[in-house]
Amino acid sequence: MFKGGFIQNLPKIYGLYTGGFLVFIILMAIAEQAGASAKAIGIMFVAFTVAIYALIGYLSRTVQVDAYYLAGRQVPTVFNGMATAADWMSGASFVALAGGVYFGGYSYMAFLVGWTGGYVLVSTLLAPYLRKFGCYTVPDFIGTRYGGNGVRFCAVLVLVLASFTYVTAQINATGTIAARALGIPFEAGVWVGLVSILLCSMLGGMRAVTWTQVAQYIVLIIAYLIPVFWISNKIGAGVFPHLMLGDEVARITELESQFGLTKNSAADVKAAGVPGGLKSIAVAHAGVGAGGMAVWKYISLAICMMVGTASLPHILMRYFTTPSVKSARKSVAWSLFFIFLLYSSAPMLATLSKISLMDPNLPTGIIGKSIADVQSIEWVKQWSSQKQVFIADFNGDGILQLNEWFMRTGVVVLATPEVAGLPYVISGLVAAGGMAAAMSTADGLILAIANALSHDVYFNMIDPKADVRKRLIVARVLLVVIGAAGAYIASMRITSILGAVAWAFDFAMSGLFFPLVLGVWWKRATREGAIAGMLTGLAAGTAYLIYVYPKFMGNPAWLGIDHLRFGLIGAPVCLVVMVVVSLLTKAPDAATQRMVDEVRVPSGRSILGRQH
Amino acid sequence: MSNKEKHWEKTKMHMIVTLCLWAFFSMVVFLFGYEINSMSFLGYPLAYYMTAQGSLLAFVLIIFWFANKQEKIDEEFGFGEKEDD
Repeated sequence: MFKGGFIQNLPKIYGLYTGGFLVFIILMAIAEQAGASAKAIGIMFVAFTVAIYALIGYLSRTVQVDAYYLAGRQVPTVFNGMATAADWMSGASFVALAGGVYFGGYSYMAFLVGWTGGYVLVSTLLAPYLRKFGCYTVPDFIGTRYGGNGVRFCAVLVLVLASFTYVTAQINATGTIAARALGIPFEAGVWVGLVSILLCSMLGGMRAVTWTQVAQYIVLIIAYLIPVFWISNKIGAGVFPHLMLGDEVARITELESQFGLTKNSAADVKAAGVPGGLKSIAVAHAGVGAGGMAVWKYISLAICMMVGTASLPHILMRYFTTPSVKSARKSVAWSLFFIFLLYSSAPMLATLSKISLMDPNLPTGIIGKSIADVQSIEWVKQWSSQKQVFIADFNGDGILQLNEWFMRTGVVVLATPEVAGLPYVISGLVAAGGMAAAMSTADGLILAIANALSHDVYFNMIDPKADVRKRLIVARVLLVVIGAAGAYIASMRITSILGAVAWAFDFAMSGLFFPLVLGVWWKRATREGAIAGMLTGLAAGTAYLIYVYPKFMGNPAWLGIDHLRFGLIGAPVCLVVMVVVSLLTKAPDAATQRMVDEVRVPSGRSILGRQH
Repeated sequence: MSNKEKHWEKTKMHMIVTLCLWAFFSMVVFLFGYEINSMSFLGYPLAYYMTAQGSLLAFVLIIFWFANKQEKIDEEFGFGEKEDD
């Protein structure tokens, strides 16, 4: 059945895997009918999928440097696209995106545009050139292009700051899901999550992470799309929800004006004892705010997320693994296609979830019903006991109004299958999907940090004579140390501060975007310029964040640039300083100029060899 | 101009055109979010559709188009890669 090498057989192998996973879902559905408990099904889903990833991780073990750092530069275009999509879509994307759309409406959906539009920048400005360069890590490019350990170290600094901000949130998500599915405390769940993450990456580095990420993408996209299509068909909204929910969106707008959109005052919410983090619907589903400030808020958020996307090292390094420059370019397109499948479904899931709750003509509708009746519904009871949903009867009339219903954002994805009356097997599947999403992103991030420290700091700065064996041992030790540090911080539950995913984008954008882009597109850019740009950009962005964030100094935002958008301060500072300092210093030598010329054409050998 | 310089000129132009399309779908459309939301597409209000699906799809198509055309530019100047996956 399997002739030829592993790479030639990839479509067959993953086809078989997908088929096997679907069979597993059906077996679980049969088990549910036969009386298996919801808890047993949840455990089976998470344990089975994690075991498969660990097996892939073990089979991909390697002792080669280029396999460890670059997956041997042989990942085919489409598969690299799937791996990047899994790398990209975090536990937060999977669990919280639909909820964000649900409560935030149009202005929140700037994230959707930002997190996809950034790939246009990746493909036009960076990915093909970095692939031609042949670097192992993003600081490897900066260090070789500008020359010197100082500039390399600055790039490592930005990378660690941006990636570490992001990774604690991911480990937190794996912990939450593992804890719920396995019925263990959160603190233990975090460590179970970490062990699962390390099983995928430790033995095989990039190679192992690549093949587990493909497997994780398949699980997460199945887990996201099945509920969306099922619910849409069940409530008769349309066979293909993405094209057919126009009526439902219009109906929600109609119901909003019927029930009234009321923003509760903070004092009322506090007095009623609503648990922290729960929200009520107060923003129009499809309405657009008028005025220049609304437009600027939307566009500025989109810009930050787009530019940040193009500077995040764990994404850029995925394109170092393709066989050629042109496949790196195509691979960006496939990545975005696979991301699009989930991102375009999130607003549809939010729409379906909202109409299920709001429309009194549907059996699942609860708004406008008597509160006593609603509180006796099974899923409401269950999620209330976990403080995920809450009812506050502000006007005391015993009827549930729209502004009296509170939910945590994650509930939109996690509970909608139950709300719409789907069997429990779907909820188990969704848990497995969330776990896959969080694990794949955490793996990519931890690997990005550990590789930068092992290749750029240890091998290039501390011990350039280290042999391959020693380098790979150091790389693995760092992987474990960084994972453990992330898990330790996640278990302290201060991720409400560290876990702001948007910050990672702003940090990366402040320090890395212009040094990367100008490294390829501007031959005159010098080492001094790059160092000055990275440090001042990062410093300016961070200073502004401290200045504006409510928990730090809490000053009023300047021109609407709040803590989600501080990259808009950091990146321009970085650009101006880098250009000015570059022009004031001596132009790069002829060898560097030739190197940049070489990077700009796809043909020929890469600048840095396979083994370096 | 050498072959390499001509190739780079054309590559730069292609990049600029692509980024103009990108700017249109990521920013220009949403400058008029309020105004276009009264129009409808597939039954959705237009600005809602663009942010939920339309612009996202546009980005996917733009990158495929960009990659194909850039490959042709590379081949035209003899910088295409021989090996393929």
